[in-house]
Amino acid sequence: MRATGAATGLAQGVLAGEVGAIARMITRVERGALDGADDVAELYRAGGRARVVGVTGPAGAGKSTLVAALGAEMRRRNLTLGIVAVDPSSPYSGGSVLGDRVRMQALWDDPEVFIRSMATHGALGGIARATEDAVAVLDASGKDVVVVETVGVGQDEVEIAYASHSVVVVSAPGLGDDVQALKAGLLETADVHVVNKADRAGADRTVAELRTMLAFGAGQGWIAPVLPTCAETGQGVTDLADALNRHHDWLVASGGMPERQRAMARHRLKTLLTALVHQRLDRPVPGSAFETAVEALCRRTTDPWTAAHSLLDGDLRGRPKGRS
Amino acid sequence: MPPIDMAEYPIRVLVAKVGLDGHDRGVKVVARALRDAGMEVIYTGLHRTPEQVIASAVQEDVDAIGVSLLSGAHMTLLPRLLELMRQQGVGDKVLIAGGVMPDEDVVALKAMGVADILGQNTPPATIVATVERLVRQRQATQL
Repeated sequence: MRATGAATGLAQGVLAGEVGAIARMITRVERGALDGADDVAELYRAGGRARVVGVTGPAGAGKSTLVAALGAEMRRRNLTLGIVAVDPSSPYSGGSVLGDRVRMQALWDDPEVFIRSMATHGALGGIARATEDAVAVLDASGKDVVVVETVGVGQDEVEIAYASHSVVVVSAPGLGDDVQALKAGLLETADVHVVNKADRAGADRTVAELRTMLAFGAGQGWIAPVLPTCAETGQGVTDLADALNRHHDWLVASGGMPERQRAMARHRLKTLLTALVHQRLDRPVPGSAFETAVEALCRRTTDPWTAAHSLLDGDLRGRPKGRS
Repeated sequence: MPPIDMAEYPIRVLVAKVGLDGHDRGVKVVARALRDAGMEVIYTGLHRTPEQVIASAVQEDVDAIGVSLLSGAHMTLLPRLLELMRQQGVGDKVLIAGGVMPDEDVVALKAMGVADILGQNTPPATIVATVERLVRQRQATQL
């Protein structure tokens, strides 16, 4: 089903902001069906205008509820909105229950908000392989802001930092002390820190610990603010939206924006390239350069490093150099 | 590039409770069974309007919509869902209902376009098999 004619129609629909077309295009993206289709370039050409905000943090910190409250605030500011909410797939059945949408029902009746739930399918970085392409589709459809909610993450799933312009790291009180706040990884990626459930005991302490940790690195450009919120009541959410605006303005004014966009493009290309290499290697082609190199390695006429480099310089699937 | 093999991808199902019906144990059991069968289940929670359910089904581009109804309002809500599906251009998605309803209503609802109605005693394995069969049938007619 390489219906390129129909696909072009679909891309037109996306560009016109049609909900059904956006939905089907994201499905195509998830199924890897954009590869080689004529309309991908069209989508990418049309994109690049949306602000992409990543929201990450541990499971149960209140990410979905916060995204809903932030989304409502953005709608009050007349910004159109796309949301990609990622939840884990089962390592056993491959199935999933995608439940982030439940928390966002205040946004359901708004035609200017498009919410899409996405399963990780085994991806480990906190987002799914198709998340960035889904963002590109929503961007091309004309949304002003696209919010990506990651799966509940621990310390090391930081891919969102390469997939968004601003990262909000959501913490909740009671999950760790000042040493946790000092560790490398997730917390470092924050452009804005949120301590959600600020009505609970210990919230002040979590805010103070994060602020102390951040003060150690002060004087190096943008300093991530630490904002207490209570997503359920909406308390602090205006401040969060303001902080995201300030971060965006700072990126533009400091000249950091092109750098951030380059980092995002580099990450996208790198992950896609890696995936395509894996895909090719998983489907052995008899007589290919790869299989020839395997044979050579068996006979010990080459070493794995030489063979791997020469494969990288050539074509993984094609004939070995000089023998075609 | 090879054609897209639909059977390669997980079935996406939206499961919903519509209207004034606070019983969500059954729908959670169903969500779990579908998940364990490898499907992607979008759970939408309690007290949804038919408009919200169909809007979500469109955005999520699901293959099937499963609605649990224990309130007795099935003859109002299910026809409304079918009408909205047609209006939104997703009349081809599979609508399956579950819950307690009289036999004559089941016959009438199926005639209107509800793909299947699974009563309260349906074993989870039958629910999984029914969703799979109906979705694959739909995909076969689309290719």
